[in-house]
Amino acid sequence: MSSSLASSSNLDGSDDTSPQQKQSKKPKYSRFTQQELPACKPLLTPGIVIGIFALVAVLFIPIGLASLSASEAVVEVIDRYDADCVPNDMHGKELDFIQNSSTNKTCTRRLTIPKTMKSPVHIYYELDNFYQNHRRYVKSRSDKQLLQPSKEAETKVCAPEGNTPDGKPIVPCGLIAWSLFNDTYQFSINSGSIQVNKKNIAWASDRSHKFSKDVYPKNFQKGALIGGGKLNESIPLSEQEDLIVWMRTAALPTFRKLYGRIEKDLNANEEITVVIENNYNTYSFGGQKKLVLSTATWIGGKNNFLGVAYLTVGGLCLSLVLAFIVLYLFKPRTLGDPSYLSWNRNPSASTD
Amino acid sequence: MARTGRRKRDRLRWSKLYTFSCLRPSVQLETSDTGTASLGGPGFSRVVHCNQPRLHYKKPLKYPTNYISTTKYNIITFLPKAIFEQFRRVANLYFLMAAILSLTPVAPFSAVSMIAPLAFVVGLSMAKEALEDWRRFMQDMKVNSRKVSVHRSDGLFGYKHWEKLRVGDVVKVEKDQFFPADLLLLSSSYEDGICYVETMNLDGETNLKVKRSLEVTLPLDEDEVFKEFKGVIRCEDPNPSLYTFVGNLEYERQVYAIDPTQILLRDSKLRNTQYIYGVVIFTGHDTKVMQNSTDSPSKRSRIERQMDKIIYILFSVLVLISLISSIGFAVNIKYYMHNWWFLQPDDKDNKLYNPKTPAISGLIHLITALILYGYLIPISLYVSIEVVKVVQAMFINQDLQMYDEEAGIPAQARTSNLNEELGQVHTILSDKTGTLTCNQMDFLKCSIAGISYGVGSSEVEMAAAKHMASHSDFGTSEIEIEPSTPITPVFERVRKSTIKGFSFEDDRLMNGNWTQEQNSGTILMFFRILALCHTAIPELNEETGGFNYEAESPDEGAFLVAAREFGFEFCKRTQSSVFIRERYSPSEGPIEREFKVLNLLEFNSKRKRMSVIVRDESGQTLLLCKGADSIIFERLSKNGRTYEVDTTRHLSEYGEAGLRTLALSYRVLEESEYLAWNAEFVKAKTSIGADREAQLERVAELMEKDLILVGATAVEDKLQRGVPQCIDRLAQAGLKIWVLTGDKMETAINIGYACSLLRQGMKQICLSTAPSDPTQQDAKKIFLLSEQAAKENLSLQMSNALQMVKLERDPHAAFALIIDGKGLTHALQDDLKDRFLELAIECASVICCRVSPKQKALVTRLVKEGVGKTTLAIGDGANDVGMIQEADIGVGISGVEGMQAVMASDFSISQFRFLERLLVVHGHWCYKRIAQMICYFFYKNIAFGLTIFYFEAYAAFSGQSVYDDWYMLLFNVVLTSLPVISLGAFEQDVSSEVCLQFPALYQQGPKNLFFDWSRILGWMGNGLYSSLVLYFLSISIFSSESAFRSDGQTADMAAVGTAMFTCIIWAVNIQIALTMSHFTWIQHLCVWGSIASWYLFLVAYGTASPLISGNAFQILVEALGPASIYWISTLLIAVVCNLPYLVHISYQRACNPLDHHVIQEIKYYKKDLEDHDMWKRERSKARQKTKIGFTARVEAKIRHLKGRLHKKLPSITIQTVS
Repeated sequence: MSSSLASSSNLDGSDDTSPQQKQSKKPKYSRFTQQELPACKPLLTPGIVIGIFALVAVLFIPIGLASLSASEAVVEVIDRYDADCVPNDMHGKELDFIQNSSTNKTCTRRLTIPKTMKSPVHIYYELDNFYQNHRRYVKSRSDKQLLQPSKEAETKVCAPEGNTPDGKPIVPCGLIAWSLFNDTYQFSINSGSIQVNKKNIAWASDRSHKFSKDVYPKNFQKGALIGGGKLNESIPLSEQEDLIVWMRTAALPTFRKLYGRIEKDLNANEEITVVIENNYNTYSFGGQKKLVLSTATWIGGKNNFLGVAYLTVGGLCLSLVLAFIVLYLFKPRTLGDPSYLSWNRNPSASTD
Repeated sequence: MARTGRRKRDRLRWSKLYTFSCLRPSVQLETSDTGTASLGGPGFSRVVHCNQPRLHYKKPLKYPTNYISTTKYNIITFLPKAIFEQFRRVANLYFLMAAILSLTPVAPFSAVSMIAPLAFVVGLSMAKEALEDWRRFMQDMKVNSRKVSVHRSDGLFGYKHWEKLRVGDVVKVEKDQFFPADLLLLSSSYEDGICYVETMNLDGETNLKVKRSLEVTLPLDEDEVFKEFKGVIRCEDPNPSLYTFVGNLEYERQVYAIDPTQILLRDSKLRNTQYIYGVVIFTGHDTKVMQNSTDSPSKRSRIERQMDKIIYILFSVLVLISLISSIGFAVNIKYYMHNWWFLQPDDKDNKLYNPKTPAISGLIHLITALILYGYLIPISLYVSIEVVKVVQAMFINQDLQMYDEEAGIPAQARTSNLNEELGQVHTILSDKTGTLTCNQMDFLKCSIAGISYGVGSSEVEMAAAKHMASHSDFGTSEIEIEPSTPITPVFERVRKSTIKGFSFEDDRLMNGNWTQEQNSGTILMFFRILALCHTAIPELNEETGGFNYEAESPDEGAFLVAAREFGFEFCKRTQSSVFIRERYSPSEGPIEREFKVLNLLEFNSKRKRMSVIVRDESGQTLLLCKGADSIIFERLSKNGRTYEVDTTRHLSEYGEAGLRTLALSYRVLEESEYLAWNAEFVKAKTSIGADREAQLERVAELMEKDLILVGATAVEDKLQRGVPQCIDRLAQAGLKIWVLTGDKMETAINIGYACSLLRQGMKQICLSTAPSDPTQQDAKKIFLLSEQAAKENLSLQMSNALQMVKLERDPHAAFALIIDGKGLTHALQDDLKDRFLELAIECASVICCRVSPKQKALVTRLVKEGVGKTTLAIGDGANDVGMIQEADIGVGISGVEGMQAVMASDFSISQFRFLERLLVVHGHWCYKRIAQMICYFFYKNIAFGLTIFYFEAYAAFSGQSVYDDWYMLLFNVVLTSLPVISLGAFEQDVSSEVCLQFPALYQQGPKNLFFDWSRILGWMGNGLYSSLVLYFLSISIFSSESAFRSDGQTADMAAVGTAMFTCIIWAVNIQIALTMSHFTWIQHLCVWGSIASWYLFLVAYGTASPLISGNAFQILVEALGPASIYWISTLLIAVVCNLPYLVHISYQRACNPLDHHVIQEIKYYKKDLEDHDMWKRERSKARQKTKIGFTARVEAKIRHLKGRLHKKLPSITIQTVS
């Protein structure tokens, strides 16, 4: 508490009390400061409520049907081969089989095409139980190194796969590149081989802006531990599309990645022979390996969920429309009916 | 030597006139005096060497300087203290911890993204604190550097800063200056050493108080004599009691007792006295006024405190999911890690992921998880709230309807962190003087010779009249007082005259017309009494040539102004005479008449009357007496009662109208009778001993009898503009109003009537201690005994009253509790305070009078803690500072009474009536805004934060987030912050007019409808639901198992994360759009702009070098944009997230609408314009049933009238006054 200043009527304690300054304290009028800006005040009237739900229903059910039919139009052939591609005598010793570089890992599979598959037919490999989204894994890459030849030594973030034991930088470094998927597939139909187009399986922007055409693989898979696939050191990274696709880490431990495309129609009931080089170790963590052939529509691959979800929500909204109609019919309330004001509903409550 | 000349003129010996308060124990102290017996003992150890301040430079007599400081910090303590204050907030502490940990490698995010927001939040708050403290410091500096004239040496005085003043200094204080410290009065410009003091700042009392020096120090009234002056004061130690002082003065080898009448307290003002000399006894923080002050507490709003609890809940959730995460992580490390060759688990540098030590990994991961899930606890919440509150405060400051045109002062939110608390106020504790009233008395009516004059009417009468006119049939019980726009009160009195203190309008008396009246003789006497019976001094106003009057109380001033306007101008007072210029008609010139003042029996609260005995020019001796009606009436002579019946009726009318009334009477004295009496009086006056006062009173009593009633005056204690209306509406909004005043009980009750806090028919419970007169200075033993008795008595009174209240069956019965300071002293003690509170809550209005500043604060605390609801204290003077600080919200009136109240307040307004708008409009809005904003904030962060957690379950709990770091950083900062800020700053459920028209809407705040646990948990549940939908739908649609594009690519983590994040942005922004009910272009811009900005950001981020954007490079343009599934999944998820909320609000509006919903609908369909009557009816019903205020009063009156009509009683009955 301090002594008062009878003379000063100022709030900020300054000395000036001349009329002019007093005048200037008057707030200036504006609709903003007086909180009188024109405003729209939408109201949830029964009409609007029913309208919204009806709109959602009307919008969602067609979308649901469309996407469901699109999904149904997709032809998908899935072949799990990880178990079958281990020779019978190696069962129970899958790890020995896969880690032994001298064993023959070639494996032949026959797939029957259930329905005609229009070109292009996308070839995917699907892995399971593979944590490409693990923090240790995700962080283990060096974008700088991939883009700029001069930055090839920037491998600190790639540990433990940054440098070879003798200290040379690995290009491309990091766990992701090191664990590159290296199974290969060769397709043939009626003993005539099918061309697999492995171009343009990666994003164009990745090829042009993230993986330089001036950076070549170096010291890759030369360490004590050999992870996955090797790279041709004469091809620049920008053209190593398998690597580029692999480096796009998947969000979930079960994922598919594009392997290539068959640019020709596959007819129904045709039998396709696939020769698989089963090189990649998923046996240590019990992951499945699948080969997937799939066509794509405007919603992408097979995705019934989306259509079902749309139909469910659409149906739900339809029933909500009915529910609210019933509600408004049985418990009608004139909007703005003052009898619903709290003091009219329970007059005792407002008595204080 | 102009000064000495002026001094001569003022040399009046007032003690000659004053009879009672100038009593002076003229002899030295008897040793038996109990009051000083303990001097020197503990608590009474102070020794002051007068005029020898040097002796106080060293211990043990070194006392604090007169420097005062009210700041919270100084330069050195600012940083540590302010930082400590900041980290008392739980959330800040958590963020600090997170920021520290973010410096370690375990953090999932970069350190900058953790530290920068924290630094911003803390820095902003600290800057605010610093600014506020700087203001306080400047205020202190201003006070400290005021100048006062101090005796230097050899009888020379010079000016010194207040802060340089030391104990023992002799100071000379001049007229209208404040006393710089607590002083012992030595002498004054009046020969007999009295002076007038205004103690407004201490206790809010407006009457001037008379202080008098000791007889022995009277000669010390020249600068020169202080050359030799020396004396020693031994007295009590510093204490906060304003009305006691124990000490004695050793001067010229004799000891004299000092009592409170010689003590001039700091912060009171010298009035009507040219100068005084005094010795400094207490300085700086030792002064009584400073001892009364309490540290300004840092206040936090209820919502903010509740928010802390939510933070605790969220923190528990955070810890829980972090624990789950880290256990999951440890399990993964232990059982699966060694299988994951692609992670190179056997790497020798691998510590975090070493399968051999899963426990350590788990512990380290706990920290990572705590930081990762930190999005549950929104740091941006604090920033946003600060921003919103600043905007809200700006709206308060800028509100033109709270701008006082006359004073030129806008309302000001001095601390912005209590805005929403304004919407939850339950009890208002109000000061009276300067807050409810202007401290100006207006002569409004009078009753002379049984005829009532004066056509002006008080505000209550006008309201009643208006009501009667509009509802001539008493068929409906709804009372409609036009609420109108608050800025132009309808009842604003249009007054012709603008003379301060005079609002009388009646041509029968003005301009000399009174001479035409029947009883012109009585009227003449009436005017003479007004002009003669007072203690004021006239002062020539050089500008106008008229006179100003310096009166002890504003009533007296009003009387003199009235007399002047009637043609009886009091123009001069000499030692023995009063001169009046009488003018009987405007055309005649004035005649100056001299009236010899023979005796003056002045006013005190026990006598309730004052008299003068004058002798006019014709030699006739008259006793003129004015006083409380009851006192006067019992002293009337048989033939003086001619007008008693009529006057009584007028008095009760005036009283009901809230006017202050006094009855005027006179008596003609025979010369012999007077002489005989005077002899006795002089004897009594010069008698020595304790019973002298009693004797004097007895003698005065002898004279004041056989009076002849002339009439009565009615003075309006002028209320501030719009106060009764404001109180009425606040009461209708369900607020309780207590009045705490330092003023007398009668004054307080008058104001109670004027503000309609009291009315006729209300049962008044007056709690007071057994009538002990304030002048009583009995021996302590008796005092203690009576203390105990008084307490028991009070306890009994309270029990009885409580019994009575409880047994009352009439629903319309209203009780008023009136308690005085003494009673309060007992009532506030621990054993009685609960009962007191219980009683007070039962009563419709509570008025506490004669309360000290400390008691005001104590009452406030009692209400705050006892009721547990929000209290608001409003006051204007330094005596209100305690209560302003104690209450949950302190509001200062920035009037003319200095700045202390404003400095201590949280909000300042310049008129009481602005309180309505401040609470009902701004408070209501701010409460809803902040409540909705906080709920939404938690929703948003739960919805977002939990998706991160769900993803962990799919990422082996490794601490990887599916979102890009930038998305997460921007989520709270840019992408969702502006909509929520616009909600917090601009949302209006109903317009300000409707807020004012439907006071009941305000109750949504005190009932806490928008921030109760069910609502908070509902919002949290909504957040949980949204998070589940967002995550699992997104994942199901974008699961990388099948291609998401027509050209066959599968979605990688960046695509999944971006798509999911898009859904979040849509979902939360649609949610806030559903929450809002008021869209200006700002809201539209913020909500839709936020969504747009997300896409813009994606494009921009995607265009940046891939070294920055990483996998998000070109993500929208190349990967997601062309994929139709991206767009339709966004639509699906955004709709699904908001569907339940939409159903909920639709259902609620359909079946269970809240008041503001219905009003919104009425407004939407313009029903208020179509059906005027309905709107009017609802408006009147929207008021809380209240027993105070205008409307209640008018209702009561109508009930009364209806009851009478019903019984077919004759319309004229004697009104019952209870």
